[in-house]
Amino acid sequence: MTQQEALFEFLLRLGDTTLILGHRVSEWCGHGPVLEEDIALANTALDLIGQTQLWLGLAAEVEGKGRTADDLAYHRDAWDFRNLLIAERPNGDFGHTIMRQFLYDAWSSLILFRLSGSTDPGIAAIAQKAGKEVTYHLERSADLCIRLGDGTEESHRRMQDALDALWPYTGEMFLGDDADAVLVETGIAPDPDDLRADWDATVSRLESEGTLTLPDSSFAQTGGKTGRHSEHLGYILAEMQWLQRAYPGATW
Amino acid sequence: MYAQMVKSTGKGLKSRKEMTPEEGRFQDRIDAGEKIEPKDWMPDGYRQTLIRQIGQHAHSEIVGQLPEGNWITRAPTLSRKLILLAKVQDEAGHGLYLYCAAETLGVSRDELTEALHTGRMKYSSIFNYPTLTWADIGAIGWLVDGAAIMNQVPLQRTSYGPYARAMVRICKEESFHQRQGYDIMMKMANGTEAQRAMAQDALNRFWYPSLMMFGPSDKDSVHSAQSMAWKIKINTNDELRQKFVDQTVPQAEYLGLTIPDNDLKYNKKTGHYEFSDPDWTEFFEVLKGNGPCNRERLGARVKAWDDGAWVRDGLMAHAVKHSAKIAAE
Ligand SMILES: [Fe+2]
Ligand SMILES: [Fe+2]
Repeated sequence: MTQQEALFEFLLRLGDTTLILGHRVSEWCGHGPVLEEDIALANTALDLIGQTQLWLGLAAEVEGKGRTADDLAYHRDAWDFRNLLIAERPNGDFGHTIMRQFLYDAWSSLILFRLSGSTDPGIAAIAQKAGKEVTYHLERSADLCIRLGDGTEESHRRMQDALDALWPYTGEMFLGDDADAVLVETGIAPDPDDLRADWDATVSRLESEGTLTLPDSSFAQTGGKTGRHSEHLGYILAEMQWLQRAYPGATW
Repeated sequence: MYAQMVKSTGKGLKSRKEMTPEEGRFQDRIDAGEKIEPKDWMPDGYRQTLIRQIGQHAHSEIVGQLPEGNWITRAPTLSRKLILLAKVQDEAGHGLYLYCAAETLGVSRDELTEALHTGRMKYSSIFNYPTLTWADIGAIGWLVDGAAIMNQVPLQRTSYGPYARAMVRICKEESFHQRQGYDIMMKMANGTEAQRAMAQDALNRFWYPSLMMFGPSDKDSVHSAQSMAWKIKINTNDELRQKFVDQTVPQAEYLGLTIPDNDLKYNKKTGHYEFSDPDWTEFFEVLKGNGPCNRERLGARVKAWDDGAWVRDGLMAHAVKHSAKIAAE
């Protein structure tokens, strides 16, 4: 695998994850549990889609085939998508959504911090900007998970259910492959496994402060990073890409 | 408008002679263009009418998220998606400012929400129409936000301070929304044949519902006369509707789209367009709950509220535990 191929792959993984997660979060618009949360969810979705433009824009540039961020978002099929599986998990109740956000934010803030010092200046610049946004997302998602974990009996149960259901989708964040190895060597990206200890420390707050129990399993659902997705992604793309597909050549 | 057919609780306009000394002083302040602030004395009718008007306006912002939110996941480009998300988020923010303004009058957000959900309070009729194509998102920004601006710009001068200040913030954002909506229409009107057809279809469906936003003629309405004397209504519905038509017709022409009104014509003498009335029977049916989307819209809000109960309870319970902990330390 050439460095260019590895870089393209890596940027798709970042950009597709923010795109698909942003799509999921945006489904909440107008349906939040309280007005302030509705606004905050929309804000998270906005940041994620904004980051998508940057990551996929850079991916398109690296690819050098004249495609744009929009081309990548709207004109690839599911097997070409490289997002983490956790991003495509359905929203479920608010507990699932905010737990998914926390587990992702905890990882995202770590990788963005490391990427801020990437030897690739384009990546470093995006990571610095996105890092500020994600720091704020993490503060909020951590706070909500903890408060709802240690809230009522029902909120505790729902948060525990969410944690149990999403846990198998967290392991994928830390599994590296050839593409990662190429980028680690040149100091462009960190080794995914290096992030695990810090992530564990962040997530342990669910136990210490949120009174939840972290599942005792290291089994990881994988495939997102290489284009083997769950059934959900097809429906997300069908919805997201529909106009572009139905009216080829139109500008919007 | 976002607040349609708000009944004032005054029994019609009082003459100066009929006013108590307090009411007289209050009216003097209004006439002198002073702002009324939350702690100031005010007639009960003034307070109640404002609560209804601001509450209905707030509800409209909130319910108004739904028809446009319907297209966020299908927005055709990443930047259109961002713009639409930001717009719908702005509307939620408008709702928040307005609920806060209403709270200064002694009514809580929960009470207002409850009144919306049980049907005791209304939201604008316009949000009971469906968004069927992407062009509808353009049409809503252009026409619905455009109509909202017509009403809200004068309300920046309304007599109640918190309401006037909320309007100043809101109006800035509404004009962005209108420009963005018109920009979508431009792209569609200058696009492929299918896009032009979508744009015309959106205008056909949203024209009359937009005219209805201003409410029926209120020339002779006692409620309007009282609200205007209190400066919580600045113009009559007909004045605003006329202004809206005069502004919008040339914009439609520029897009190369046709306003769906065969009797529309420019009157050189008056300098205004003459236009057909919307179907007021339809308007009253929509208000009664018989619009194409009433059930879905209110149903979605009630569901969001009910589904969110455990979240609100959980956060509240945590806050109580937390403050108990602090007290114990
Ligand atoms: Fe608004
Ligand atoms: Fe608006």
